[in-house]
Amino acid sequence: MQAIQARFRYLFQSTKGLVLVAIALIALVTAIWGTLSGPMVEWGVRDVTVRLLGFDLQPAEREGRIVILYHVIAMAVVAIMVYLITDVVPMKKHQQTTINATVTLGYLVSMFCGLGFAYFGHEWLLHGLYLFGLSLVFFAGLLLAAALFPWRKEYYVQDAERAHLRGLDLERTAFFTMAVAALGSAVLGAITGSYWGQGHETFLAEDIIRSPDKTTLQYAIIGHLHIMLALIAIALALVVGVWFRFRGILHKISMPLMILGTIVMTIGTWSVVPMHGGSAHTIIYVGSVFVLTAALFLVIFGFRKIIRDRLAERGIERASFGQGLRALLHDPLRFGALWQMVFMNFTVSFVGIFVAVKLTEIFRVWPLRDERLILTGHWHILSGIIATIILLYYADMIDLRGRVRQWFGWAVILGSDLAFGAVTVFEMKRLFVSEANQQPVVDWTMLLADAGIVVVLLALAGLMIWRLVDLFDGDGLWRREYREAGLDAQRVEVGEVLTSAQEMSK
Amino acid sequence: MKAKRFLIGLLMALAAVLLASCSGQEAAELLVVETGIDPDAWALVPAGEFLMGQHEHVTAVDYDYEIMVTNVTNAQFADFLNAALSDGTIRISEDGTDLVGYYPGDEFHGYRHEERIDAGDWPLFPLDEDGTRLSFDGETFTVKEGYHNHPAVYVTWFGARAYCEYYGWRLPSEVEWEKAARGTDGRPFPWGYELARNNANYYSSRDLFEKIFGKYGDTTPVGFYNGKTYEGYETLDSPSPYGVYDMAGNVWEWTGDVKDKQHYRYMRGGSRAEYEHYLRVWASNNAAPQYASPNVGFRCARDAAPGD
Repeated sequence: MQAIQARFRYLFQSTKGLVLVAIALIALVTAIWGTLSGPMVEWGVRDVTVRLLGFDLQPAEREGRIVILYHVIAMAVVAIMVYLITDVVPMKKHQQTTINATVTLGYLVSMFCGLGFAYFGHEWLLHGLYLFGLSLVFFAGLLLAAALFPWRKEYYVQDAERAHLRGLDLERTAFFTMAVAALGSAVLGAITGSYWGQGHETFLAEDIIRSPDKTTLQYAIIGHLHIMLALIAIALALVVGVWFRFRGILHKISMPLMILGTIVMTIGTWSVVPMHGGSAHTIIYVGSVFVLTAALFLVIFGFRKIIRDRLAERGIERASFGQGLRALLHDPLRFGALWQMVFMNFTVSFVGIFVAVKLTEIFRVWPLRDERLILTGHWHILSGIIATIILLYYADMIDLRGRVRQWFGWAVILGSDLAFGAVTVFEMKRLFVSEANQQPVVDWTMLLADAGIVVVLLALAGLMIWRLVDLFDGDGLWRREYREAGLDAQRVEVGEVLTSAQEMSK
Repeated sequence: MKAKRFLIGLLMALAAVLLASCSGQEAAELLVVETGIDPDAWALVPAGEFLMGQHEHVTAVDYDYEIMVTNVTNAQFADFLNAALSDGTIRISEDGTDLVGYYPGDEFHGYRHEERIDAGDWPLFPLDEDGTRLSFDGETFTVKEGYHNHPAVYVTWFGARAYCEYYGWRLPSEVEWEKAARGTDGRPFPWGYELARNNANYYSSRDLFEKIFGKYGDTTPVGFYNGKTYEGYETLDSPSPYGVYDMAGNVWEWTGDVKDKQHYRYMRGGSRAEYEHYLRVWASNNAAPQYASPNVGFRCARDAAPGD
């Protein structure tokens, strides 16, 4: 019993355990629900899943199911981001505990009840609990924002290498800004959700992109989904900054840009609602430039740091280009987290800019079907890139070493970049191949994308299986992480409190 | 060293799989199938309310109308092109790349992303596309062998409209199209509530033509899914409640609506190149009216004759 309790405490009270549980659940949901679309349908796997699990897939409810599935996965990712933030940003222990507990309960309830409602008939109690879970995640966000409040003197910094404004820690302020922006943006979605069944009908944004008469509620959802993903990306960039001990002049430029960019981008996406599109896009572009520039400075700093640290480690003072490059690539986890941010521009930002430039020539003639491919492709890729950075971060967090570190890191980087690159070519195929002759391009790109995804999923599966097996080892890695998290000490403290309480009651 | 060998082996295996998968479309002979469904037939759709769209809004159509039982075929479209070309209704464009015809233009609202569709000659059918099913010798269009009863494709919205108007008909509106496809009981597919692979021609539906030409397949002859068995391939009889065939899959179908604030024209029904969710009766696609594709065809509608 004690052994189970210890493992339970590790999984639900330590940052590493909590992140592991969330990653494992996302992996599980992705593995099962991923069989419902794409090549898995072609190969007949979908039918097996549906039969085995008893899914109820009414054709008219597909969009609703997808919306819930997106939220289920997003809540788990949000929970991971919350765990990482409460781990790296200074705050009181009780704040960290309360926030983590609330967000954990929230995402677990929304995940199990949301999927139960969407895929196994419509038990409305489950829908209510799903909303309750989402509300808990929101409430955890409120607690997080309060904990991150940067104007408390105890969190002021005087380090000349850090961005600060008369002591106000701008990195903490960037985290706080992101959290507040995320809360407001969640409200955009929640308000629309509250009209569901009262004039608002379920839709996927990519399906109505060309409709000139979108409702205000539809604009709210479009704003909501765009900014939420962007804010998760910003949160992750900030966490990676802490990981790399981002400092110096680039930090001093980057943090104000990140704060400003977050605010401008958020205002831009919110103003989609009253402006009904229009110049809101311009505001968003301006905000994006600030954020992307801030991220670029982080990448420059990080690459230089990786090279510098490695060369120092090897005692090389004047390195050749080749030595520098080898130093940069020697650690795929640290290199990969930054490289994925760069790669994101090739598969997301540049595609968006190119499409905007070619708007009249392409989108005004092409079918919606092709535009939809680019829309869904680019945000799936952005989500995927965020997921890979989290995986690389987590692998470093649990201190993967040696060959396992190399294999895991490079598998994630190369597999995902192969997949995302192939999907980008697939999205843009109409530029260089006609519909009548497209099938070889479709076959190649889909095969490469599938191969890349399989490589990443195998790496992830390997990691998860190893961690699962490790849990059965009384003195496994989990035990070390348990001790590192101070859970032994906490247990003693709680025991002491309980004993003294009992004594007092006597 | 072992790792390097493993990596090289892995890359070679991947390359082999890629090469095997991309051997290209084989030059297989087209299967000629007579379905027994008459492409000249029309189905009557009576006036009355029906449930429209994914969210089933009660929509009234207060007149009887008729809609073609099948898509317009290559044979029918070739006949039209030959007749219209010879009587001067349509012309070859100056650069010789398209057949063009006059269109009176749309009202322009200057709305965001809206493009002008002015009065003038607009492309009806491309002459320089290698995927079309018609041959042109400079004077006459003929159907490429085996394709006479396949749906006419690569027809622009202007071309589809010109065809229907030439015979005194019209393109169905979206409302007319959907009612003809699903009847009044709110079903998601023309034949009912579930989709089987042998109900319709869609991506990876493993139909007879897909087996011959690979995953992308080919169009199936109109009325193919009528319960007959062809060369051992069994189809399910899949008409709509009004007896209209191919309202899901095979080719997208142009509809006639010209909507405010946009130049896009809407298509319904999904196609052989789409996954199954596009085959739901409310699913739509849209493109500029000059867009032509191997996956887009059309059918016509007309007012019901008195006494029908």
